[in-house]
Amino acid sequence: MNVPLIVFFVLAAMCIIGAVSLILQRHPIHSALSLIVVMIALAGLYLLMGAEFVAAVQIIVYGGAIMVLFVFVIMLLNAGLEERTNVSKLAGIAGVPLAVALTGFLAAAVARSQDTVQAATQTGATAPTKALANLLFQDFVYPFELTSFLILVAILGAIVLAAPRGER
Amino acid sequence: MVPTHYYLILSAILFGLGVIAFVFKRNIITIFMSIELMLNAVNLAFVAFSQALNKLDGQVFVLFVIVVAAAEAAVGLGIIIMIVRNRQTLNVESVNLLKL
Repeated sequence: MNVPLIVFFVLAAMCIIGAVSLILQRHPIHSALSLIVVMIALAGLYLLMGAEFVAAVQIIVYGGAIMVLFVFVIMLLNAGLEERTNVSKLAGIAGVPLAVALTGFLAAAVARSQDTVQAATQTGATAPTKALANLLFQDFVYPFELTSFLILVAILGAIVLAAPRGER
Repeated sequence: MVPTHYYLILSAILFGLGVIAFVFKRNIITIFMSIELMLNAVNLAFVAFSQALNKLDGQVFVLFVIVVAAAEAAVGLGIIIMIVRNRQTLNVESVNLLKL
């Protein structure tokens, strides 16, 4: 067994344990911390695939900014334990088998298509950040500019939504 | 070298766990976090295909997905603050104005 495979299985186990913990924890702050574990492990997987820039962005933006926003809102709203109700038991009975079936279908489709994917696989294609920057600022420059507009609109929307009632 | 379909199967499992969290959780913030988990699973598939096909377009799309997720988190958490301000609860079952 080679080293990348061992690293992959360790990180994949971290991902799955974190995701299961997100479901099982009843306090939102514990769920948020589990999600941070998943995101850090995913950043490790991106590094393993040679996508250094995406790994850095994953840690800084997802693990840093977005999750800090979540934790901030959880503390602001003083969220407590969630209560169990009959409806959520019904969701468990009906939803979990369907979600497991969805996962099974996705995994089966992937496993069946593995020959075509494998055929395209060559060397460990490292992703130089310079090539990524060239692609982002040349071929994808209009979508990139559009995202800045999207962020602006999101900031305005968040301010309008969260502002106190009298100041709107 | 890890085979690409390992990454894709892990991505499918993470997406399924996100769906389970989405239908199972009653706390509106946790439901929102499960959406982030599903977005992360899709990002993993993007990067895996980008590596398998030896093209960088997939990584550019991951960056766009992260931008959209950040915008979604900002607006969504603003909406959550509004809901809690109006209803004094985080439980989604008490937000049933559109229900018959």
